[in-house]
Amino acid sequence: MSWRPDTYTGWGRALSATGEIARPERLSALEALEAAPACGRRRSYGDACLNGEGRMVDMSRLDRVLSFEDGVLHAEAGLRLGEIMRLFAPRGWMPTVVPGTGYATVGGAIAMDVHGKNHTEGTFGCHVEEITLTQNGKRMVTTPGSDLFGATVGGLGQTGIITSAKIRMTSLEGRSMYVHERRMENWDEFIAELASSEAPYVVGWIDATARGSALGRGVLEEARPVDKNPPPVKGTKSVPVDAPGFALSKPVVRVFNAAYFRRVPSIGRKVTRSFGDFFFPLDRVQDWNKLYGKKGFHQFQCVVPDNNTPALRDMLELIAGSGLASPLAVLKRLSDRSAGMMSFPMEGLTLAVDFPASKAAEALIARLEDMTLDAGGRIYLAKDALSAAATIDAMYPNRAAWTAEAAKADPDGALETDLTRRLELRRT
Amino acid sequence: MSETWLILGATSSMARAFIRSVAERGDAVILAGRDMVDMAASATDAKLRGASDAFAMRFDARDPETFGPLIEAMEGREGMLSAAVFVGSMPAQSAIDADPSLIDGTIIDSFTGPARLLQMLAPLMEARGGGTVVGVGSVAGDRGRVGNYVYGAAKAGFHTYLSGLRNRLTRAGGHVVTVKPGFVDTAMTWNVEGMFLVAQPEKVATDILRAVDKKKNVIYTPGFWWAIMTVIRLVPEPIFKKLSI
Ligand SMILES: Cc1cc2nc3c(=O)[nH]c(=O)nc-3n(C[C@H](O)[C@H](O)[C@H](O)COP(=O)(O)OP(=O)(O)OC[C@H]3O[C@@H](n4cnc5c(N)ncnc54)[C@H](O)[C@@H]3O)c2cc1C
Repeated sequence: MSWRPDTYTGWGRALSATGEIARPERLSALEALEAAPACGRRRSYGDACLNGEGRMVDMSRLDRVLSFEDGVLHAEAGLRLGEIMRLFAPRGWMPTVVPGTGYATVGGAIAMDVHGKNHTEGTFGCHVEEITLTQNGKRMVTTPGSDLFGATVGGLGQTGIITSAKIRMTSLEGRSMYVHERRMENWDEFIAELASSEAPYVVGWIDATARGSALGRGVLEEARPVDKNPPPVKGTKSVPVDAPGFALSKPVVRVFNAAYFRRVPSIGRKVTRSFGDFFFPLDRVQDWNKLYGKKGFHQFQCVVPDNNTPALRDMLELIAGSGLASPLAVLKRLSDRSAGMMSFPMEGLTLAVDFPASKAAEALIARLEDMTLDAGGRIYLAKDALSAAATIDAMYPNRAAWTAEAAKADPDGALETDLTRRLELRRT
Repeated sequence: MSETWLILGATSSMARAFIRSVAERGDAVILAGRDMVDMAASATDAKLRGASDAFAMRFDARDPETFGPLIEAMEGREGMLSAAVFVGSMPAQSAIDADPSLIDGTIIDSFTGPARLLQMLAPLMEARGGGTVVGVGSVAGDRGRVGNYVYGAAKAGFHTYLSGLRNRLTRAGGHVVTVKPGFVDTAMTWNVEGMFLVAQPEKVATDILRAVDKKKNVIYTPGFWWAIMTVIRLVPEPIFKKLSI
C-alpha cells in the first residue's frame, strides 16, 4: 500500500521520472520504508528530486511544528517555509534565510543549502542547529561541526532522509517590508549599486533581452522590515493548463520586459509589501511553470567570483543576443558563508535566467556553463538539468570529500537520484 | 471561553487538517487515537498554531476501556464541548470475502465504536446546552456497491445514528453535522486505483468548519459529490444491481 507508481517531474518539467513514490504521514510509516531518496515539494528545477531507477519518498505530509523555544524552531522536514512565515511572522519571527519560493520545505532547504535575498546572513544551513536523519529506518542526530552535518547540508539528500531539524529564527521588527525600487539603466550601474547597497535584503530583476547600451538594465529592490500594515493581500491566481508555445516567444517577452522596467518610475519608488509578496513574489501565481507549455523550461543559475564580474557581463550579452530568455531573470549578491561541503554560494554575483526548453537553449546553457567554469564560478544544482560530471567536478572542490562522507552514510547508493547519477556525484 | 474539541481518529490526515483549523481559532483539542508518538507531535503543532490547549489520549474504537478516561477529560473542561469523528477502517472487499469475520471490526471502527463514545458524551453536551458533533461518514454509505458494501453499510449505519443524535441534541441547543467526503488524498487512498476528483484534506477541513459555523446538517465535500450521489441514488435498483461502479 505504501508505494504508488507515478510519473513526475521537477519544477522545470523538462525532465521526468517514472517510479514508485511513498508519502508517509507518520514517523513510524517513514521508518518502516526501505531506504530511498526523499523529496519535498519538488521546487528544484531539474532532476535532484527525481529517481527514475528506483523509489522516492515524498516528505510533504510530515510537516508539523515540534517546538519553538528561545527563537529555535524544531520542525518536521516536510513543513513549507512559507507556512513557517505565515505562522510566525505575526509573532515577530521568521527563518533567517528563505529562498524565492515559500513552497520549499525545511528538508529541501537544507539539502540544497538555499540562499536568500540577504547574502550577509549566509545560507539556510548556517542557521540550522540540529538535523535528525532517518538512515535505513534508523534515527541519527547530527549537529554543526560534524562531518555528517557538513555532508548533509547542501548534500542533496545523500546522507539519509532529513526527518526534522532545529532552525534558529530571526526576530522580525515589523509587520511588512518597505521596498525601495529603482531602475538600473545598464550593467555598470547595476553592479555598482548591488555592491554598495547596505539594505538587509537586496535583489535585482534584470531584463535579459535588453541589448547595446541598455544591456543589463533592470530594477533593483532594496528592502527592510517596517512596522506598517501590509497592503491587503491579493488572491492567488493559477495556471490551469499548459500555455501554448508562443506565450513566451521573443516579441512577447521583449514587450513584457520593457513594460515591467517602466512600471517603476524613473525616479524610483517606495512601496510597502506583505512578507509573502516580497519574499515569494512568484507564489502568487500557482503552477506558473505551466506557462512554459508541455516541454517545460530550464533555469541557468551561476555564481561568479567578484574578480571576474566582467565574465558575467559577457554571459548576459550572449543571453540577450540569443533572444531565448524568459522574463524571469535575477541578479543577486552572494557571500561565502555557507554550511555544507557541496553548498553553491561563494563571494560574488549570481545570475539566474529561465529559458523555455529547446535545443537552442540547451546549446546556449552549455556555453554559459563553460564560461562560468572559466571564470572560476559554479552552477547551482537545484536548478541544473543539463550539466555533465566533469564540469561539476571542476566547480565543486569538496566533491570527493563529500562523496566519501555520503558513502559512509549510504554505502549501497540507495539514496542516489537522477541528478547524482547524471553528474556521477557518488563516484569515488 | 474557548471550546474543546475531542478528535477521534486524530492521526488521519483529514483529522490533522481539521485540528489545525480549530487550533488557529484558539480552541482546545484532545487528540484521541492509537499512535501516541504521532499524536504528541500533532498536539504540539496544534498549540504552536494557536490552540489554547492540546494533548493526546489513547482511543481505540475496539477497546471500550479507553472511552471512560476520554469522557472524564471532557467533563473536566470548561466551556462548550464538541467532538469530531474521523475513525473508520476499510479492508479490501476481497479480504472480507476471504475472512468474513473482518466485518465485525469494520463495523466497530466505522460505526459502533465511535457511536458508543458519542452516546456517553451526549449527556455532557446536553448539560452544557450546546456544542457540535461532526461525524465523518462517506459517500460509500449512500448506496451499497459491489466494491465495498461492508464499509458502506457501516457508514450508512453511522449516518442514521448521526441523524438520530442530531434530532436529540438539537433540543438541547447542540448540533450534529454529517460529513460525506468523496475521494480524499490520504494515506488510506494513496495507492488505491480508480480514484478521481481527489480532494486535499485541507479543502475538506475548510468545508467541515464552514458547515459547523452555518449549522448545516448534512454536507458532501467537495460539494459536487452531492450531484454525483443524487444521480447514483436515483438509479432504480433493477438497473443499479447490474452496474459495477
Ligand atoms: C520560484 C522559485 C524560486 C526559488 N528561489 C530560490 C532562491 O532564491 N534561492 C535558492 O537557494 N533556491 C531557490 N529556489 C530553489 C529551491 O529553493 C530549492 O530547489 C529547494 O531545494 C526546493 O525545496 P523542495 O522542498 O521543493 O525540495 P525538492 O525540490 O523536492 O528536493 C530538492 C533536493 O533536496 C532533497 N530533499 C528534499 N527533502 C529532503 C528530505 N526531507 N531529506 C533529504 N533530502 C531531501 C532532494 O532529494 C533533492 O536533492 C527556487 C525555486 C523556485 C521554484
